[in-house]
Amino acid sequence: MSEGTRKLGVASSPHVSSPIGTRSLMLDVVISLIPALCIAIYFFGPAALTKTAVSVAACVFFEWGYRKILKKTSTIGDLSAVITGILLVFVCPVTLPYWTIIIGDFFAIVVTKQLFGGLGKNFLNPALSGRAFLMMSYPVLMTTWVKPGMANWIPAFGSTVDAATGATPLSVDFMHSGIIPDASLMDMFIGNIGGCVGEISALMLLIGGVYLVVRGVIRVRIPVSFIATVAVLTFIFPKSGNGNFEWMMYNLLGGGLMLGAIFMATDYVTSPVTAKGEIYYGVGCGLLTVFIRYFGGYPEGVSYAILIMNACSWLLDKAGKPNRFGVTPEMRKAAKEKAKKEASAS
Amino acid sequence: MSYKFFGGVHPAEHKEATEHKAVVPLDEAPAQVVIPMSMHVGAPCKPIVAVGDEVTVGQQIGETAGLGAPIHASVSGKVVAVEPRPHAGGDKMMSVVIENDFKDTPHPSIAHRENVDSLTPQEIIDIIKNAGITGMGGAGFPTHVKLGGAVGKADTIIINGAECEPYITADHRLMLERGEAVLGGVRLLTRVLGLPVATIGIEGNKLDAVEHLRSLIPDGDTSVKIEVLKTRYPQGAEKQLIQRITGRQVPPGGLPADVGCCVFNAATSAAVYDAVVEGKPLTQRIVTLTGGAMERPQNVMAPIGTPLTHLIKQAGGFKVDPQRLLMGGPMMGNPQFNLDAPMMKGTNALLALTDEEAAIQDTEQTCLRCGRCVNVCPMHLTPVYMHMYAEKRQWEAVEAFNVMDCMECGSCNYICPARLHLVQSFRMAKFEIRGLAAKKKAKEAKA
Repeated sequence: MSEGTRKLGVASSPHVSSPIGTRSLMLDVVISLIPALCIAIYFFGPAALTKTAVSVAACVFFEWGYRKILKKTSTIGDLSAVITGILLVFVCPVTLPYWTIIIGDFFAIVVTKQLFGGLGKNFLNPALSGRAFLMMSYPVLMTTWVKPGMANWIPAFGSTVDAATGATPLSVDFMHSGIIPDASLMDMFIGNIGGCVGEISALMLLIGGVYLVVRGVIRVRIPVSFIATVAVLTFIFPKSGNGNFEWMMYNLLGGGLMLGAIFMATDYVTSPVTAKGEIYYGVGCGLLTVFIRYFGGYPEGVSYAILIMNACSWLLDKAGKPNRFGVTPEMRKAAKEKAKKEASAS
Repeated sequence: MSYKFFGGVHPAEHKEATEHKAVVPLDEAPAQVVIPMSMHVGAPCKPIVAVGDEVTVGQQIGETAGLGAPIHASVSGKVVAVEPRPHAGGDKMMSVVIENDFKDTPHPSIAHRENVDSLTPQEIIDIIKNAGITGMGGAGFPTHVKLGGAVGKADTIIINGAECEPYITADHRLMLERGEAVLGGVRLLTRVLGLPVATIGIEGNKLDAVEHLRSLIPDGDTSVKIEVLKTRYPQGAEKQLIQRITGRQVPPGGLPADVGCCVFNAATSAAVYDAVVEGKPLTQRIVTLTGGAMERPQNVMAPIGTPLTHLIKQAGGFKVDPQRLLMGGPMMGNPQFNLDAPMMKGTNALLALTDEEAAIQDTEQTCLRCGRCVNVCPMHLTPVYMHMYAEKRQWEAVEAFNVMDCMECGSCNYICPARLHLVQSFRMAKFEIRGLAAKKKAKEAKA
């Protein structure tokens, strides 16, 4: 090293960056999904694990393959495809055949995500749009439930005796006729109920959610406003003379609300970025969920609610633009009045 | 009542390398100093000495031409050149080069003032002006202009001891070692503004400085209040400090005086004390020499105009090849490529970052829309959208997102998980928007 030959870097400030990168954020999301996966394996048997593994592999393969064919830089290292793979299985019944899962993965990764430009460019949540696609294409397969329990660990018994006899607590009977399911609230909370792979245990999903909040990966505004909206509406308007609180609790713990509010609605790419926008978005998700549950053809509405709100994200960011620094409410009011006067004058 | 400023980040502080090291003089005075005629906001000064002139420490060598502050010789000796020389800003700048005679002969006008208590506010402002004091936190706004403009308008005076940039400990050591000077300066500034109380804001990572200053304030004296601030960057930014202390927000394009505030850096305050009480113009300052690539990190008192090469020599040279050499801190510092450039009135640190420390060389990935930038922007902006439109070169759209409010603190850039070069993109946008505005103005003038 001699004087005069040393090369100094010159770049725009700042010259340091946070240790947290895209990959570490995504890894945190994967970690936060592990508790829900564990309880799914416990209640639904090893199929929950193998189907998740296949789905992850398929998503990573499609992501890699698409970008390879189009000669783009590979993005599998950012782990976002892994999350899509896990989440897609989480919103499907455990009985769904492998080939169907792979079709869903293809739709999620290639159609929803890569055709729009890849990570950060898609305007719909890939996993949820994959589910919506499967729901429309294979409605019977997508609504075949099994009872949770040890029987699922013995495939012979699981497939012949128990399959299709289970039902999700959020059935047509419940939502449209107001019949409270036979699962206790405790079972609902722990996850000892029928349903999609990842949505059954509110407890495990909350553990994952708390992890994400503590690690600063997600902000609480969307999940809290989403869940609170559903809670308030179902508390005020119980169906068929059910107790307000009981009705509300079954609505909160049943179906995909926790999974949707904590993991799907908070998807970075498809949710608003401004504080006010996030709250509008969460409330919108909650309203649509309750509307679809109460008045829609499906007993469950979380996934469609989120997909519809996904499409509004940019609009909500516009509506939720932060107050300009240094502009007081009085100054805003004065500016508005001035604009009004000018408009009426011309 | 305690207020908060919105957003901000908390980068690794790295102050441990120098925060317990007392300020030392240079081992060896520089053989030559290069004093640029622009070390402040405003027009460059006009040199009033010629090659061959003998000068003494504190002798005025540059006079103001418009907005600015006069410039003084920082060593005694002979003027050997008056010519454009490399400047830390990147280009060349008219400079006075003085060959040091190592005698440090003071200018005859420098003398301890006995009648400090009888000086009128205007006299104090004039002394500050003639001493060439500019804001020593980095921006370098002439202090007498700020002070003069705030008389009668300001109801709050704030002294900035936040030093929120990582690595830098110059103000921290100053408050510990020259607490009397800082407080003396605070009292003088408060007196000029005719206010009953001044607030010094210091971040919680400098509690020893807080305690020291508190111990210097006599019991029952309520004219100086010290507020401990939770460490968070960019607390030391003028608008954020005002918001943190008073809850007021400086309007867009406005000045602190618009909300009745006047903010001075702790080092500026000490310089005011030196000028008024000791009669000394601003000719030297504390510089933190630090960073992973510096052999011997330290705080040093150096004459203004000391070439960077000399400061690096003082610190024992580089341990490893630095990736980047910065004047200032890692968040807003100015990268240097010519080591012949001199340190200036606003130079609080010379920072040599290693490859590992300057991790920003990571390549840009795609924006995730994670919104972290929005949540850390202390100016309530939405960097994610600003960047998106800037990439498409839609400058009017960027302007509609109030990009002109951006103070380039770098919080968004620091936190971005996709490592987008947000600040660079906003600088570009501001440049283009100013260009468009100038074009429009020229067109209107023609028509």
